[in-house]
Amino acid sequence: MIKKFDKKDEESGSGSNPFQHLEKSAVLQEARLFNETPINPRKCLHILTKIIYLLNQGEHFGTTEATEAFFAMTRLFQSNDQTLRRMCYLTIKEMANISEDVIIVTSSLTKDMTGKEDVYRGPAIRALCRITDTTMLQAIERYMKQAIVDKVPSVSSSALVSSLHMVKMSFDVVKRWVNEAQEAASSDNIMVQYHALGLLYHLRKNDRLAVTKMLNKFTKSGLKSPFAYCMMIRIASKLLEETEAGHDSPMFDFIESCLRNKHEMVVYEAASAIVHMPNCTARELAPAVSVLQLFCSSPKAALRYAAVRTLNKVAMKHPSAVTACNLDLENLITDSNRSIATLAITTLLKTGSESSVDRLMKQISSFVSEISDEFKVVVVQAISALCQKYPRKHSVMMSFLSNMLRDDGGFEYKRAIVDCIISIIEENPESKETGLAHLCEFIEDCEHTVLATKILHMLGKEGPRTPTPSKYIRFIFNRVVLESEAVRAAAVSALAKFGAQNDDLLPSVLVLMQRCMMDSDDEVRDRATFYMNVLQQKQKALNAAYIFNGLSVSVPGLEKTLHQYTLEPSEKPFDMKTVPLATAPITEQKTEIAPVATSKLPERLAPSRQDIYQEQLAAIPEFQGLGPLFKSSEPVQLTEAETEYVVRCIKHTFANHMIFQFDCTNTLNDQLLQRVQVQMEPSESYEVLHNVPAPNLPYSQPNSCYSLVRLPEDDPTAVSCTFSCTMKYLVRDCDPNTGDPEDDGYDDEYVLEDLEVTVADHIQKVLKPNFGAAWEEIGDELEKEETFALATVRTLDEAVNNIISFLGMQPCERSDKVPENKNSHVLFLAGVFRGGHDVLVRARLALADGVTMQVTVRSTDENVVDVILASVG
Amino acid sequence: MDSAAVEPSLYTVKAVFILDNDGNRLLSKYYDPELYPSMKEQKNFETNIFNKTHKADNEISFLEGMTIVYKSSIDLFFYVVGSAQENELMLMAVLNCLFESLSQMLRKNVEKRTLLDNMDGVFLVVDEIIDGGVILESDPQQVIEKVNYRCVSEQAYGFVLFDYITGNTEDQGEKRQLL
Repeated sequence: MIKKFDKKDEESGSGSNPFQHLEKSAVLQEARLFNETPINPRKCLHILTKIIYLLNQGEHFGTTEATEAFFAMTRLFQSNDQTLRRMCYLTIKEMANISEDVIIVTSSLTKDMTGKEDVYRGPAIRALCRITDTTMLQAIERYMKQAIVDKVPSVSSSALVSSLHMVKMSFDVVKRWVNEAQEAASSDNIMVQYHALGLLYHLRKNDRLAVTKMLNKFTKSGLKSPFAYCMMIRIASKLLEETEAGHDSPMFDFIESCLRNKHEMVVYEAASAIVHMPNCTARELAPAVSVLQLFCSSPKAALRYAAVRTLNKVAMKHPSAVTACNLDLENLITDSNRSIATLAITTLLKTGSESSVDRLMKQISSFVSEISDEFKVVVVQAISALCQKYPRKHSVMMSFLSNMLRDDGGFEYKRAIVDCIISIIEENPESKETGLAHLCEFIEDCEHTVLATKILHMLGKEGPRTPTPSKYIRFIFNRVVLESEAVRAAAVSALAKFGAQNDDLLPSVLVLMQRCMMDSDDEVRDRATFYMNVLQQKQKALNAAYIFNGLSVSVPGLEKTLHQYTLEPSEKPFDMKTVPLATAPITEQKTEIAPVATSKLPERLAPSRQDIYQEQLAAIPEFQGLGPLFKSSEPVQLTEAETEYVVRCIKHTFANHMIFQFDCTNTLNDQLLQRVQVQMEPSESYEVLHNVPAPNLPYSQPNSCYSLVRLPEDDPTAVSCTFSCTMKYLVRDCDPNTGDPEDDGYDDEYVLEDLEVTVADHIQKVLKPNFGAAWEEIGDELEKEETFALATVRTLDEAVNNIISFLGMQPCERSDKVPENKNSHVLFLAGVFRGGHDVLVRARLALADGVTMQVTVRSTDENVVDVILASVG
Repeated sequence: MDSAAVEPSLYTVKAVFILDNDGNRLLSKYYDPELYPSMKEQKNFETNIFNKTHKADNEISFLEGMTIVYKSSIDLFFYVVGSAQENELMLMAVLNCLFESLSQMLRKNVEKRTLLDNMDGVFLVVDEIIDGGVILESDPQQVIEKVNYRCVSEQAYGFVLFDYITGNTEDQGEKRQLL
């Protein structure tokens, strides 16, 4: 019977919610009723409900009062009222963490768990496992094993799920139940199947072979549970990813076969798994896309949402694969669920033609205020991608973005818009002035310091080069008057850039600077004084070095070297050249941002890849005293992808040495390799000093060995060299199942591909935001110029990319992008040569039959100029 | 983070909660200790979701990096929360099971008053559907059988009769209290 609480309760409660205004102390007082004999199940039940309700509302129970109530509650096990008993289990679970000595109910629970009443057994197991620790677990292990294979599904499921929860706590004990779990997996009940599969996977997930076997078995036997199928699809796609198996493997076939499952849930899971696989071809995607297309017209909102969200992801990488769904997506843009409509429109923006852009933008602006920030970010990202695709549409986009910028929204949303506008400005010179105007308007009323400083930096960079720089000064100086310290400091830096580049503005900038020198904040005053003095010198070289192009060293590296310097007092002044350089910022990140998920992790200043290598190498005693790490190359594969041993090499360049790091992986499960090292035979006068072998290389656990090479000192122009490499090692055969090696082994070797050292390995990329100024700063004393004909190259784009990858230098001023339909182009490259010499390259390219290239090199060191020209030729 | 494959796991549900039509919490369970560990963050999250969802019955939404499926009935709102990578249809299966089970248990009177009057049953139903974030059961019929919440037909008849006789007077009683 559904009971109404009796009148007394109702009147004491207020109005419609009998639990409103519950007093914790009053409820605990009532809990004394538990001690009355005979037990009144109905009243006690009501009190327990109140206690759980209070806990659920976040009421805090002190340890003493909780323990008291808990002990009183244990008396209720004497009653045989079913619901009351079930509520006792719930109370035990809720109080397990706040009450002391909860283990006193262990025997009562064990009795219920093994008793005759099936209704009690499952819940009792779950409550028992909640209060059990590793030592106690041994005592109930026997019962757990029995419960897992129990023929009552709810008992078996409860035992499996509880075991899963306990894997984290006592893996070793639960691991012994693997055979029972195996038996449970062949149960007829769909939930038992699912839970058994989950437990088995968690116990075996570190053993890839066992997981593969398990998967094979279950794909053949055919489970009934759709949940279990989803789980298997996930396991299969994880295996595919880890083993990098081709798409002809049985795993892939299994996932594809799930596209024809009768449960929508499984079909969707399979489609989503295929879509998320890296490097999937359009042909492999096609069946997944077509089931998603069907889902688009489902009456269920969740299914439509799931489908369009996944299609949106496909459209990021393979827009053409989604074009077939355009008609279905069109129907969704008026969907009453705005999340679905937004995703449909942003997908269409990625796949549609240029002519549909205006219409779609109009549609989306009609409801953009109704959707959540997460989806607004998706819209902005879609617009950003669109601008790259159709640069001519920038005016439509810009006005749309500026409207969005004026609306309310959180930080993530505003940041996405600002990033998008900035990227449009950088891509399209024509949009620069309108874009900057919108940004200026935005910082007039911007609550986010990070965005304001970012925009001020942008204004300082782009503003001075516009036709009327003076109009930005007012916006910038307003910041100095109105904002917080960080923004004021950024505004001062921006002002200095205007003063340095525009002679007619310089007097007014100096006046403003003088005012900033009275600022209440140290940083702002310091900056103003510094810039004031630099600007008053009126020297181009000083301006370039201290105002436009800041430090190019890596910040963690600078911190470390400075710390080192303070530890060893010396007469010598600190030398900036000993600091490792910052690896050039990667600019091409923004296009691949995930569509919906916004990472919630705070962005920390992660040490760069190179800083990590520096640490690792410094830990090896043979490599002491080489100085700071200058550059680490991208890994080079020295073997084919599917060979017995996979070796790749990373080249680390130091001032006078190079270290070759060989990352080796053994893919044979019946071999253990020992004392692995790579023998290198140089073609030039490079000298191999040391080999540091990897002591052990077991199956599928990568390990590294190193070689140290001295660069030729007498001939500084010898920058390129070819090494023939052979891997040498001791083989010990071993049992593939246990991994135990045999006692004796034999020596063997394996020929690797040749390794090239090129000029790019000696140059570190450095971004000079203002190339012209840097060019003037170095001066033309050591300038050299030469003209080359590149006969094999057909387009300017190709030529530009070749030069960049060959020299390994950083393109500046966006000169790596060749405008369409031009016959000539100028490429600016900047870098630092090993030893700390700045190098700048200007390459003028002209397209005739082939490409003709005039290269001008400037550097602070004559040898470097020769090296570059010699290597280009 | 989004493109990475989903780590295979049974831990599907991050949270479940039932709110009334003012957004007050009636029941809520958080299964991921890393997600909103403090009560304040939890209530904040619930308020945010309620504000975004109570106007339109849209079934599914995406907020604070979480996929949320929801359903409303008279003066109640039911929510199931999962991670962004979670299979939306699995979450729907949980939500449907929760709603159907409660609907059966409360004899289709899925409203705040009846729900609160049978709060013990509601706690038990949720406990049978999800255990620590793992879907324990997805078939409402099974859930009802397992909970076995005084669902005998004779008594039900008695209840209907009881309600019929006393319903009027009780309503008046309530009104008096409100006045």
